[in-house]
Amino acid sequence: MSKIHVTTTVNGDSVEFLADPRETLLDCLRDHLDLTGTKEGCGTGDCGACSVTLDGTLVCSCLVLGIEAEGREIGTIEGLAQGHELHPLQRKFIEHAALQCGFCTPGFLVAAKALLDKNPNPTETEVRYWLAGNLCRCTGYDKIVRAVMDAAEEMRKEAV
Amino acid sequence: MRYHAAKTFEEAASIAAKADGVTRFLAGGTDVLVQLRAGLVTPDDLIDLKHIDGVQDITRLDDGGWEIGVAVAGARLGAHEALCADWPGVVEGMELVGSTQVQGRATLTGNLCNGSPAADGVPGLVAAGAVAKIVGPDGMREIPIEEIPAGPGKTTLAKGELIAAVRLPARGAGGGDAYQRFIPRTEMDIAVAGCAINLRVEGDTITEARVAIGAVAPTIRLVPEAAELLVGSTLDAATADALAAAVSAAANPITDKRGTSEFRTEVVGVLARRVAQTAYDRAKGDRS
Amino acid sequence: MAKDEFREFRLVGTRPDRPDGLDKVTGRARYGADISAPGMLWGAVVRSPHAHARIVKIDTSKAEALSGVKAVVTRADFPTGLTGDEWDLQENTMAGDKALYDGHAVAAVAATSKLRAEEAARLIEVEYEVLPHVIDVDDAIKPDAPVIREGAADATVPEGMPPNVVRYFEHGRGDLDAGFAEADLVRENTYRTEATHQGYIEPHACLGQLGEDGKGEMWVCTQGHWFIRKMCADVLGLEKSQLRVTPSEIGGGFGGKTTIFMEPLSLALSRKAGGRPVKIVMSRSEVLRATGPTASASMDVKIGMKKDGTLTAGRAEFRMQGGAFWGAPVDMALDCAFAAYKLPAVMHIGYDVLANRPKAAAYRAPGSPMAACAVESLIDEMCRELGLDPMEVRLKNAVREGDRSSYGPKFKSIGLVETLEATKAHPNFSAPLGPNQGRGIASGFWFNHGGETSVTIALSEDGTVTVSAGTPDIGGSRASIALMTAETLGIPYENVRVNIVETGALGVNEPTHGSRATFATGKAAVEAANAAIKEMCRRAAVEWGIDPEAVEWVDGAAQPAGPNAGKFPPMSIAEIAGNMGSTGGPISGHHEGNLGGVGASFGCHVVDVEVDPETGRTTILRYLVVQDAGRAIHPAYVEGQYQGGAAQGIGWALNEGYVYGEDGRLQNSVFLDYRVPVASDLPMIDTVIVEVPNPGHPFGVRGVGETGITPPLPAIANAIHAATGARLRHLPMNPPSVLAAIKAVKGG
Ligand SMILES: Cc1cc2nc3c(=O)[nH]c(=O)nc-3n(C[C@H](O)[C@H](O)[C@H](O)COP(=O)(O)OP(=O)(O)OC[C@H]3O[C@@H](n4cnc5c(N)ncnc54)[C@H](O)[C@@H]3O)c2cc1C
Ligand code: FES
Ligand code: FES
Repeated sequence: MSKIHVTTTVNGDSVEFLADPRETLLDCLRDHLDLTGTKEGCGTGDCGACSVTLDGTLVCSCLVLGIEAEGREIGTIEGLAQGHELHPLQRKFIEHAALQCGFCTPGFLVAAKALLDKNPNPTETEVRYWLAGNLCRCTGYDKIVRAVMDAAEEMRKEAV
Repeated sequence: MRYHAAKTFEEAASIAAKADGVTRFLAGGTDVLVQLRAGLVTPDDLIDLKHIDGVQDITRLDDGGWEIGVAVAGARLGAHEALCADWPGVVEGMELVGSTQVQGRATLTGNLCNGSPAADGVPGLVAAGAVAKIVGPDGMREIPIEEIPAGPGKTTLAKGELIAAVRLPARGAGGGDAYQRFIPRTEMDIAVAGCAINLRVEGDTITEARVAIGAVAPTIRLVPEAAELLVGSTLDAATADALAAAVSAAANPITDKRGTSEFRTEVVGVLARRVAQTAYDRAKGDRS
Repeated sequence: MAKDEFREFRLVGTRPDRPDGLDKVTGRARYGADISAPGMLWGAVVRSPHAHARIVKIDTSKAEALSGVKAVVTRADFPTGLTGDEWDLQENTMAGDKALYDGHAVAAVAATSKLRAEEAARLIEVEYEVLPHVIDVDDAIKPDAPVIREGAADATVPEGMPPNVVRYFEHGRGDLDAGFAEADLVRENTYRTEATHQGYIEPHACLGQLGEDGKGEMWVCTQGHWFIRKMCADVLGLEKSQLRVTPSEIGGGFGGKTTIFMEPLSLALSRKAGGRPVKIVMSRSEVLRATGPTASASMDVKIGMKKDGTLTAGRAEFRMQGGAFWGAPVDMALDCAFAAYKLPAVMHIGYDVLANRPKAAAYRAPGSPMAACAVESLIDEMCRELGLDPMEVRLKNAVREGDRSSYGPKFKSIGLVETLEATKAHPNFSAPLGPNQGRGIASGFWFNHGGETSVTIALSEDGTVTVSAGTPDIGGSRASIALMTAETLGIPYENVRVNIVETGALGVNEPTHGSRATFATGKAAVEAANAAIKEMCRRAAVEWGIDPEAVEWVDGAAQPAGPNAGKFPPMSIAEIAGNMGSTGGPISGHHEGNLGGVGASFGCHVVDVEVDPETGRTTILRYLVVQDAGRAIHPAYVEGQYQGGAAQGIGWALNEGYVYGEDGRLQNSVFLDYRVPVASDLPMIDTVIVEVPNPGHPFGVRGVGETGITPPLPAIANAIHAATGARLRHLPMNPPSVLAAIKAVKGG
């Protein structure tokens, strides 16, 4: 099966790779672009570990073909911090011990950022439902939800 | 697998018509990629519809109805205020599909054409009396949504045919619709039973009604005998009970890993009662 | 929280950022599937679609002919003549004569890309002769059940037992008949729990390399790389020291990553492919079908109770299947069953039964949740019948220090009573409830474990310290180890770096099982730090020309112990380190041993539920975990363990469970249908850390990881009973079964 040349933008950088049409965007990020921060927990859209943004929309990269990335803008966990400056969510996740094994963390961070971009003041219920497609088996979600709420609060204060 | 980025529906139809292996259209891909990954279906030809003009549009038609493009993702339906105001039941069904991430991709048409009896977006469309605009080798036709599902994983679309848009009728005065499903968790499950009801009231009295049920038969289907019970009533307790009984009687579910036949039969009736109340309240002007 | 005689701590009990936090929030941390190597191949595994089948023929020719395929292995590529556990591991890695469960590996291939390897796997043709299968434990124990393996029973199984019984347990003490005779109420019921999976989000992944010379390397996500090394070497007939195993970061394990599955396959493929490294990453459905879930259980429990709540006797008869191999945790389940209660007479009977399912692995407090489900449910039922308060009955019968445990030894210092009292005092325990709502409580227990541990601490030239530890950091253990080390050395937390090192760097370390990482690795780190302190004091003594015994270590510096020792200003760790090259060379401390002194941990959970009477759906409204930690080194990660355990228990209680079809195939091998709790299913999980220090640990640590999964199963059953009047004795308590139970109560 011949491969297709794909040009796309990842975290602001223009990149190119050759993809088999059957490969998912997740495969391409991890295996062709060495961006292994995006994780595969299921490959079937159920766990959210592979969360990325595609033209600003939160998606599961395991449910997007690599070749569909042509000409699009992709955001991954590797692009969350601004240089040396962690995103408030990243800091709050550490501070609240919102990660145990940390495998789900990249997906939660990307998904939570998409939430706060859209809704800077979510309720606990809104956080829980927005993140329902991100499975965490270690934490029982408590500290994750607290970290997201706390990051949102800090970001709201900074915005004023 | 050959990937085609079709530029028109006609091109997509013609690729599909000529293909001799397994063909799939690619809308949001949330079913296609899962099936690919699981090794269930590896299409020989995969025809991406997202490069066709207009497929991302939600358009108000001259008659007050709506046309929804085949690549409109669930989250965009939910963000469309006017559509939500007219057809909250249709939108809430689609919005139940998957997670936030899945909502960023999954489409109503994909939900319909995947042919799952448990598709959450479809009962609302059926209850609303929506139609599908179909393009095929023989040109264009329109058929009611309920005529498309043909059994688990199957549709009545012929080889080379595809859906070019879904059309919702004008809402009109005194209308309200709603959809609910039952799942064991709060999110991320496939419906164990689902029910959509669309009705119209004059004063307190229901004058028109359509009732559709999902996940309790090989296809999503209308239950006219249940709708008839509603018409002429004010949704009093006796009517609601009769509705629940009629809907349960119409159910013909299987027992599988997601629920027993007995449970599904009972719960779809419970849902019908709850959904009717919401649709009724909406019709009477309570938009919540 | 109980005050104790321990000194005040500078660092222990604080909540600093974890040392690996930055790596883990930026995506830099490397997990099992994240490592690649030059020349790497991808592996794929062919798995049986049948629950039980004779393998007639495997034709690999088409796969081998495919371009890019570099190796194909079947059981024929493995050494023969293994026995006992080693044979079991080999058989589970790759089927021999028979496929024993749906998903059992029968062949594997390595090729130049993942897709190519998958294609090749599909080209391998396996001819099966399908055999009758058995899935359910109560079916498997029948005398005429399909026989999974002749002669698999061990010496514990008496003559004449059904063929699939492979281990039998029978032990107890006291006069059971007299105990039941003395009781005012004797009840006996049967309880069943389904098999569940640990459900770690990271699928198993490894990168293995093995040369013709028998020297190999592996990079793998595991809870214990020495176990991986030993097991792989056993299965492949290698010398253990020739295999070097490096653990990756690990994306959860909960016991499930303490053993091997496809790891030996990557080595076998690599050896056949001329030593090229082979990466194998499982899919989620491979994880669910073919790794080690927990056992399913069918349990009879009989208890005698007096009118005042005093327990007089208990009898437990448990049947568990742990797949097609011995190893269902029946023994541990029995030992946990009555552990929270003072009982004059107790009897335990257990059967470990084979069935056509994957080989069970450990899952958080193996056996204890099932046992609690049965015993804690029955106690609740009996309290209702006698009109007694279930909390008071638990307090009345609670074991205390010095009591003989139900399973034999006397308890040392334990905190059950303190835990129950703290539960009673929590506001959740008396929060008002509405219609269709109910409250349940239950206790839980786990032994905890010490085990083989080896830790080295090395001083760097600037006075900072590296700890070489052998237990992968599965939930913040680097932070706890750094805290204990820094506390002991009297240096800042930030000056300690904890490395999880490969198998060549230390003696054998057991995996992170038995809640042992903070207990055992921490204890060894403290001892290693003490050894380093001794050497640092000696260096200072030499410098000062005084007796080493006259030097003490205070606040990160050596100083003369009292005025008679001499007058010298304290010599800091940085000074000692800076000069160590000239005062005798490198300074390190080491400690190893088979560590004892473990302290058992008790917990008590309180759950409020609301049940929809029309659909049977249960919503968790409030959840409280109270547990004795001994000492919380990093309280945030202790709370995290409590919350995570509770969430897994909630899943087990309500919606998780392996579902098999008539054909013996697993029906729910994806997360859409294997229903672990999602964020919107749960409320905040309140926690209270009780601290009754364990005298067997320098800081009082007990393990905290496992006990928390034990009480949720019965606590939720008890709460559903309170909300609906219906008692569920079969897990999961999913909506169809709850609705059916409600209707049965209403109907009569
Ligand atoms: C994690 C997860 C959770 C999910 N949860 C739910 C749920 O709760 N409820 C639910 O109903 N579904 C659920 N689904 C299934 C799926 O998301 C929906 O069915 C979705 O609406 C499919 O839309 P799509 O655009 O992604 O379809 P695609 O995958 O692109 O296509 C689906 C099918 O429709 C065909 N098709 C697509 N467009 C056309 C067209 N224009 N004309 C003809 N045929 C077409 C394709 O050939 C294919 O067979 C879930 C999926 C995942 C991965
Ligand atoms: S890996 Fe994509 S959702 Fe799990
Ligand atoms: S921290 Fe382990 S899965 Fe979330």
